[in-house]
Amino acid sequence: MVGKKTFTKIRKIVAYVVLTAGALFFSIPFLWMLSTSLKSNRDLFAWPPIWLPYPPLWKNYVDAVTNIPFFRFAMNTLLMASLGVLGAVVSCSLVAYGLARIRWPGRNVLFAVTILVMLIPYEITMIPLFLLFQKFGWIDTLLPLWVPSWLGVPFYIFLLRQFFMSIPMELSDSARMDGASHWRIYSSIILPLSKSALGVVALFQFVSQWTDFMRPLIYLHSEEKYTLSLGLVMFQTQHRAMWQQLMAASIITIIPIIIIFLFLQRTFIEGIHLTGIKA
Amino acid sequence: MNVKNFIPLSQIAENRRRLISGILFTLPWIVGLSLFYFYPIVMSFYYSFTRYSILRAPQYIGGENYVKLVNDPVFWTALYNSAYYVSFAVPVGLIFALSLALGLNQKTRGIYLYRTLFYLPVLVPQVCLTFIWMWMLNTRYGLVNNFLALFGINGPGWFTSKTWSKPSIVLISQWGVGQAVVIFLAGLQDVPNQLYEAADIDGAKAWHKILHVTIPMVTPIIFLEVITGIIGGLQIFTAPYVLTRGTGAPAKSLMFYIMYLFRHAFVYFNMGYASTMAWIFFIAVMVLILLILRSAKWWVHYERI
Repeated sequence: MVGKKTFTKIRKIVAYVVLTAGALFFSIPFLWMLSTSLKSNRDLFAWPPIWLPYPPLWKNYVDAVTNIPFFRFAMNTLLMASLGVLGAVVSCSLVAYGLARIRWPGRNVLFAVTILVMLIPYEITMIPLFLLFQKFGWIDTLLPLWVPSWLGVPFYIFLLRQFFMSIPMELSDSARMDGASHWRIYSSIILPLSKSALGVVALFQFVSQWTDFMRPLIYLHSEEKYTLSLGLVMFQTQHRAMWQQLMAASIITIIPIIIIFLFLQRTFIEGIHLTGIKA
Repeated sequence: MNVKNFIPLSQIAENRRRLISGILFTLPWIVGLSLFYFYPIVMSFYYSFTRYSILRAPQYIGGENYVKLVNDPVFWTALYNSAYYVSFAVPVGLIFALSLALGLNQKTRGIYLYRTLFYLPVLVPQVCLTFIWMWMLNTRYGLVNNFLALFGINGPGWFTSKTWSKPSIVLISQWGVGQAVVIFLAGLQDVPNQLYEAADIDGAKAWHKILHVTIPMVTPIIFLEVITGIIGGLQIFTAPYVLTRGTGAPAKSLMFYIMYLFRHAFVYFNMGYASTMAWIFFIAVMVLILLILRSAKWWVHYERI
């Protein structure tokens, strides 16, 4: 009979094999991207493949940001993402307060509708929204990309509402007794207690705006308005197979998010757990 | 006199105040819901019965778009491609993510380091992800085919071959399963230890424990992942769009449903026809969600200790 010890050992070995395979699958593309971004044209097509190009061609990074108006794209993306994040945090926290901390008829209906709306794919609203923004004269501006988040994002409203519900009601009740308005309770009691949840919303919204491709593709037409995702695609079309610069530009695009993630990893993971609680 | 229904005046005033505050706080969302959800959904239903090229006002044509759509071979190809993608990417992703989470849950050393590494690709913009894998899977110079050549295997043309293009998209989609790994891991850590101990006493094998203890306990997460996976998978757009510059080449094998919808809406400006596609999509997604919700009682276990 196999002993319990050998058994645990086998299990551990299997686990390590799976994890190592996973680690290779997830890390090799990153490493290859980094390596490619530092290669000369000759190294690029070398056989066998070169992992550590010598000398590393840092100039690829300079070329990548100067061959396309990279900083312009980055500024557009940053502007759009910051305004979107601000809007999502402000509007969703207000709405969630109204749903979680004020007892009024209709709040349950509104909450049910919010949940239903989360399941609606963007594509069903895409065309009328385009036509609507066209009427507003917003085509080829950044407005359609960030203004909607000022009017609420269902998923974040849901997250914040759940979070606000978990704050003891007595806190607001006693403040109400003292004559505090809802606005005061919202801004000086609820918001300060919800920094982590607001952080989750801000992070998720930032990543989703930074990485968005389809909406910029629909709304932005002239080059000086492009976001990074759109700009990179233009790069690919114009400079066919300039793999080194494409990889360099991609790395510069990814790095801000990765830095934010590494710093705020705890908040991120917490947020993902929150999304899992939905089940 | 009915004393029971007597409400003091102060209560009425308070109720009114609450109603007003409630509406004021949720006003942004009430406006947002009407403007960005209700209005567009109703309008797209209307547009789906019109011929509408932006330049001229929508013109009502009854069900013509629907008839045309059913007879459009590319519509069926796109539908097939999206269905193909979802039916492979979702189950493969589930098994992959669950195996990684199970591996991490064996009290592994460096568990958080692994978790970070697995999660990082989730943060990579789809556009960059596509570039990275285009280069990895490049037919002549790609790392993957170079590696296969070491074993004398002549690697396929991945994205350029009609047979391999869809499996390749499924493959690269697996680079983003990190989110599911994190959620699964959290779920696995919540499985009470007594269950495993009880199984140990019964002399259960490791494999049996996974099958009869672990998997049932994480079915609520699997359920969530199936729903979000199917909705998200059917919406696949960016990777095939960037790869093929919107053409869906080779031989329309990468023409996915939303790409085709996008093409009609924003390349040909057939807003009516594209709205019809959007509505068919909407109905299909809703029916799928309903079916999965209905199936939940057969396989999702909510019992907790």
